[in-house]
Amino acid sequence: MLEKADQIFVLLLHWLVGFLPAGWQHGAGVVLCVATIVLLYPALFAIAVLLERKGLGRMQNRYGPNRVGLFGILQPVADGIKSLTKEDIVPYKADALVHFMAPLVLVVAVFMGFAVMPMGRNMVLVDMDASLLFFFAMGASTELSIFMAGWSSRNKYSLLGAMRAMAQMISYEVPLLLSSVVIVMMTGSLSLVKIVEAQNHYSWGLPHWYVFTPWGFAGFVMFVIASMAETNRSPFDLPEGESEIVAGYFTEYSGFKFALFFLGEYVGMFGISGLGATLFLGGWSAPFAFLSWVPSWIWFFAKVMAWICFFIWVRGTLPRLRQDQLMNFAWKFVLPMTLVNLMVAALWRFMGEGLLRWVVCSAIVVVVYAVMGRVEMRRGRLGPRSYRYAE
Amino acid sequence: MNPLAGYLLVAALLFAIGLAGALTRRNAILVLIGIELMLNAANLNLIAFWRYGSHPEALTGMMFAIFSIAVAAAEAAVGLGLVISIYRHTRTTDLDQMNRMKG
Amino acid sequence: MSFAFYVVAALTLAGGLAAVLLKNLVHCALALTVAFAGLALLFLQLDAQFVGFAQILVYIGAVAILVVFAILLTRASETPKSSEIFSRTWLAGLALAAAVFAVMGWAVLQAAPGLPHVIAAPTVTVQEIGAALMGRYVLPLEIVALLLTAALIGAVIVAMHEKEGAR
Repeated sequence: MLEKADQIFVLLLHWLVGFLPAGWQHGAGVVLCVATIVLLYPALFAIAVLLERKGLGRMQNRYGPNRVGLFGILQPVADGIKSLTKEDIVPYKADALVHFMAPLVLVVAVFMGFAVMPMGRNMVLVDMDASLLFFFAMGASTELSIFMAGWSSRNKYSLLGAMRAMAQMISYEVPLLLSSVVIVMMTGSLSLVKIVEAQNHYSWGLPHWYVFTPWGFAGFVMFVIASMAETNRSPFDLPEGESEIVAGYFTEYSGFKFALFFLGEYVGMFGISGLGATLFLGGWSAPFAFLSWVPSWIWFFAKVMAWICFFIWVRGTLPRLRQDQLMNFAWKFVLPMTLVNLMVAALWRFMGEGLLRWVVCSAIVVVVYAVMGRVEMRRGRLGPRSYRYAE
Repeated sequence: MNPLAGYLLVAALLFAIGLAGALTRRNAILVLIGIELMLNAANLNLIAFWRYGSHPEALTGMMFAIFSIAVAAAEAAVGLGLVISIYRHTRTTDLDQMNRMKG
Repeated sequence: MSFAFYVVAALTLAGGLAAVLLKNLVHCALALTVAFAGLALLFLQLDAQFVGFAQILVYIGAVAILVVFAILLTRASETPKSSEIFSRTWLAGLALAAAVFAVMGWAVLQAAPGLPHVIAAPTVTVQEIGAALMGRYVLPLEIVALLLTAALIGAVIVAMHEKEGAR
């Protein structure tokens, strides 16, 4: 029975496809999976937006949306109808074709990433050998859509926002990749399915997730920071800092195209949270051995939603960084830290089993973190904000 | 048509397009774009020969392509850096106007 | 030759042509990314998964962005006058390129009947590529690492602002 609940979507797919002639089954199965992914994540997007607006409201001592439906739970529906019926404005001077293509490229690229994401036991669309590389390749293509949006609008705020976004995403993509390389070194595979399987063991009822090792924990922290920057979330939301450059690269977008950008941003967040959960938090595996009867897909989506809640919490807590702080932080702190982490992981691999490697590896990570943090603080680059007014 | 010959023809055409772009355009950045196209055409050749060669398990063509991608990335970074620094001196990226050795 | 090959090849060549022919440089850069994406698809058709994804990651994710940055930093994003697009010696350049293509196309077509036809797709895992990089090809790998470091530092130094009076 529980086996069935775990595999319910896989069985459902086989049952549905079974009605078709044998030659069509494979193609129809792929189409069904893609349709499910394309419908599921916008639904999650609606939930996440509501959660964000309600949660931020709580943190800022206000109610948040509470007019549409019971406690405002129908607010996303109202927003969706509004954005669909709004006039779609293209600026007179804008480059119409590029302006039109930008949101499409973004949405296609972020949805492609889910093709390789294992969302439960046996629940992955394509299990290819280089799936991690595929995910990062798709993530890298989103940068271009941001440039297209910013440049084609012929608006200085849009262009400024796009330049900021590209500089930021390029800078943080390096630590994002390097913090994931640690996992690849340990698993010996780029396949996300194999990475999850490698973590799906228990000793004394506790899981073997990579986050519970010194190198895994350091990599996890760096990954979280880089993922926040990569998805332009607060405190790294300079590309769309409302108080400085209106709305950044999508200032000139309205109606459905704006909704597509919004959707693309959130689906990108789900993608990167799902990847983080897969790499460091065991993907669809249960947090305790006695809980492994709960269906695997529940764990995956619970981890993704927990990650999203963390993003919302951080957004409600931290102020926005300044551009120079952002760049210095990426190149002078996060990047060296991930490089050190690579060496720690190699050391861990070659020291063999035992308590000694725990002590040595943790000591290296902590010492390097403390020393670099001290040095950076003393330089005053990561210190408290100092405001300089226009001279 | 023979599959390998098809890939080789595409690569040759792409190389010729890149070469024509690099030789005829005035803007320095466009010349770099042409060079990138030529490098990519060479990569396509390497991968096609690897796929249809007699020893694909030796990975020679693929390794060559991987290294060539890395070298092309370095080339693009240095080349564009040079273009920017020249632009700072002469306020132009037009190659026909860059005809003096003195900055 | 499959139908997919013709579509992807046409896309790649159209992207390449547009990249060298269009007036506006930003359009050229965007057309260049189309050509890069088409090449990545061609690599995937040739069963070179790893190289195809690396192509997307490096070329679309980094080189195209670099080109775009350079275009914006040199104020080349405004459309130039049509007399300033092609250099004075464009005819010679075009003739040279055509001659090169003629020679290469002739060579390929001459050799075409003798080329191997259908060969079973090689099954190369990423693990084997990694092992080869760390084993047989470790020296080129180290040299490329050195080259990339040198290029990184060199590009930064070349493009860095010179201090006033340093000249």
